[in-house]
Amino acid sequence: MSRIQLNVNGNIHSADADNDTTLLSVLRDQLDLTGTKYGCGEGQCGACTVLIDGKSQRSCVTRAGTVVGRQITTIEGLAKGDRLHPMQQAFLDEQAMQCAYCTPGMIMSAVSLLNKKPNPSVTEIADFMEGNVCRCGTHPRIVAAIQRAAKAVKEAGL
Amino acid sequence: MSANEKLQSLVEPERYELNRAPSYSFELDRREFFKLLGAGVLVVSVLKDAHAFQESGAGRPRMEPLPKEIGVWLHIGENDLVTVYTGKVEVGQNIRSSLTQAVAEELKVPIEKIQLVMGDTKLTPFDMGTFGSRTTPTMNLQLRKVSAAARDLLIGLAAKHWQVDRQRLVASEGKITDSQSQHSIEYAALVKGQQLTETIPEVDPLVPATEWTVQGKSLPKVDGRDFVTGKHRYPYDQKLPDMLHGKILRPPSFGATLAALDTKAAEKIPGVVVVHDGNFVGVAAPSGEVASRALAAIKAEWKSDPQISNQELFEYLKKNEIGGEDPTGYPRQHEQGSVEKALSSADHRIEQSYTVNYIAHVPLEPRAALAQWSGDEVTVWTGTQRPFGVRKELAEAFRLSEGKVRVLMPDTGSAYGGKHTGETAMEAARLARAAKLPVKVTWTREEEFAWAYFRPAGVIDITGGLAKDGTIVAWDFHNYNSGAAGIQTFYDIPNQRILFHPTRSPLRQGSYRGLAATANHFARECFMDELAHSVNMGPLEFRLKNLKNDRLRAVFEAAAKKFGWGQKKPAGRGFGIGGGFEKGGNVATSVEVSVDRTTGEVRILRVVTAFECGAVVNPDNLHNQIEGANIMGLGGALFEAIQFQNGRILNGRLSEYRVPRFSDVPVIESVILDRKDLPSAGAGETPMLGLAPAIGNAIFDASGVRLRTLPLVPGGLKIS
Repeated sequence: MSRIQLNVNGNIHSADADNDTTLLSVLRDQLDLTGTKYGCGEGQCGACTVLIDGKSQRSCVTRAGTVVGRQITTIEGLAKGDRLHPMQQAFLDEQAMQCAYCTPGMIMSAVSLLNKKPNPSVTEIADFMEGNVCRCGTHPRIVAAIQRAAKAVKEAGL
Repeated sequence: MSANEKLQSLVEPERYELNRAPSYSFELDRREFFKLLGAGVLVVSVLKDAHAFQESGAGRPRMEPLPKEIGVWLHIGENDLVTVYTGKVEVGQNIRSSLTQAVAEELKVPIEKIQLVMGDTKLTPFDMGTFGSRTTPTMNLQLRKVSAAARDLLIGLAAKHWQVDRQRLVASEGKITDSQSQHSIEYAALVKGQQLTETIPEVDPLVPATEWTVQGKSLPKVDGRDFVTGKHRYPYDQKLPDMLHGKILRPPSFGATLAALDTKAAEKIPGVVVVHDGNFVGVAAPSGEVASRALAAIKAEWKSDPQISNQELFEYLKKNEIGGEDPTGYPRQHEQGSVEKALSSADHRIEQSYTVNYIAHVPLEPRAALAQWSGDEVTVWTGTQRPFGVRKELAEAFRLSEGKVRVLMPDTGSAYGGKHTGETAMEAARLARAAKLPVKVTWTREEEFAWAYFRPAGVIDITGGLAKDGTIVAWDFHNYNSGAAGIQTFYDIPNQRILFHPTRSPLRQGSYRGLAATANHFARECFMDELAHSVNMGPLEFRLKNLKNDRLRAVFEAAAKKFGWGQKKPAGRGFGIGGGFEKGGNVATSVEVSVDRTTGEVRILRVVTAFECGAVVNPDNLHNQIEGANIMGLGGALFEAIQFQNGRILNGRLSEYRVPRFSDVPVIESVILDRKDLPSAGAGETPMLGLAPAIGNAIFDASGVRLRTLPLVPGGLKIS
């Protein structure tokens, strides 16, 4: 067990990590950032998605030791104070959720997509989001939310 | 017993998970027991409880009438907030919002002043569970009655306060206003924090749907912000100081028993508690990683018997019928006229068999529970659709009175009928008792696949007789194992025999969204197309010829109209339709598919569902449920199936079990028929029922290939 330093949501946190300790368990169990979810443990459902230097990554198959010195963003770090990120707002506006357990991962993946591609087509959205599972079946609303957020980001010049 | 109560007490036979004994029967180590309970006096109370437990029966749901006291359901706080108590739970169907609407509508309080306490066995009235699409027809109605009674009471209090005639007083926005003097008084000032001890009157007219101002509108998820920010804590996210993480030793196959066990190495790991009690072996440790290491250090040998594989499944079901009366008393058989006579004199006679595989719910949040003991009382936070049922399971397993067990259900990451049981609650409570610290048990995805329960597999055999003009004269329908929900035909057929045959099941099975109505509608509605084809009639025309029910005709016609039924289509495309009636809802779904003749690939291009469930409470949420039911339904219709062999699940992880993903999702349109003249019915299940047969029928239309097994195209369409 060694002590590592992680930059999460702009703050430096200390955590204990073995070679096999996942970023997901550090976030949830040590830093109490439970917005990042466990869904499958093999990177197949996207519920655990976080941003590493602005790019989406599955925290359940990421060893904590490999992201030292990188900028880690979780769902808790997306809003600026009381002001929601446009993607969070778009998910609310489209009511793109039912049980919402997939929502944090969906939002983090979608933010990553817009970072890479500010104006994705419906097909590009579906391709990029393929690895995120929603069992309640709100997919069409999630696609609409991503399109809405893309427009909002563009209009706000963010 | 009112019609509503009757419906509530009716537990369909295929809720197999409720009719079986709980998963654990603990011996409970006696030293641990005395340490926990202390004095000998308590032994007496334990014996008494053990006796009471025998009298109450094993694990069966029970019925209690809804309490009539307003204060049990609703409290107006001095802070002006209205707190509402309901045993129903939130799993994504958005009833926290729709029940808030019910209260706001009748109590005349702004939405933001209402908070719901849901599924807490200490605070909320008894509730059998959140299933069977009962929340809207029973709880929405109950909370409207309670709120209307509270409103009338408040008007009375204001009339007394001002010494004026109550006819002058109007309730609105959380205040009573005197229409003559224009004086207003807040509800909170009238109630002064007191409990509303009055009861709901026998007769009290509710606001009719045509005059609703809050119900009938699209209220967004009331606490949506907590979900998009990650703030909401699901059962998996619960935490307590000094909490340990628990893990359970699983046998290598179903039904295996321990032959030898060595836990010494695990016990040597610092901070680890090992518990072996009957068929239960588990560990608790300060972190999940240490718990996993401890579990891996346990040496166990198991004994098991050979078991069948999914290749032999359907043959097995047909050969393993269980006779005798159904313990639920559910009618298994429906018979009218003479099927034999009608079949022998029919112009056409067709016989077909349909099969349905086991599928898994795959709730994105696997089962989880956090348990904490205080003396001989235990509190458990867990994701279950039956908090009161789990309370009973815990009370029985630990020989406690139910008053010593509190189960709370934080809004949970979906369930779909798959979370009726309390496995993790029992596991966490057992470990916490030995560890004397709070313990959380969170199942892995693999555990959720293997140790929960599946939607029942089934075989459905149908024989139909037709007159030349397309009138159905005989209907002989036999369902083996999958269940009796939705088994009755809604077509007008003079001679019918409809029979559910319970059988032994090689896998643990139980409730799944829609129950067996999905299987029964699949078989019935595909067979309807086969009958139509035999007399060269169009599928829609054939259905309408044999269907009198106006509500059902209306949804078939609405779906067909929106879809453009009968329009021209390119080669390789097919149209299909299917529908039915269940749990107070009427559904018809029309589907367009494309079939690639060379690759065999089937794509669902378009789905149109027309749905009618009486007066609509929340239109946008209803659209959301219809879309979601169809998308979830795509999995079971097209490719989801559990493979198993010798007591093991072969594809029990998300990399091996395919669920619908973004690229699978077609254009989905939903048409809602809002019948403000009819009571509101639930809508979480029935919208799913038309999809599978509509797809099967559309594939036949596109390719001439009739597929009779769910899932239809596990590896792409095979054209033989």
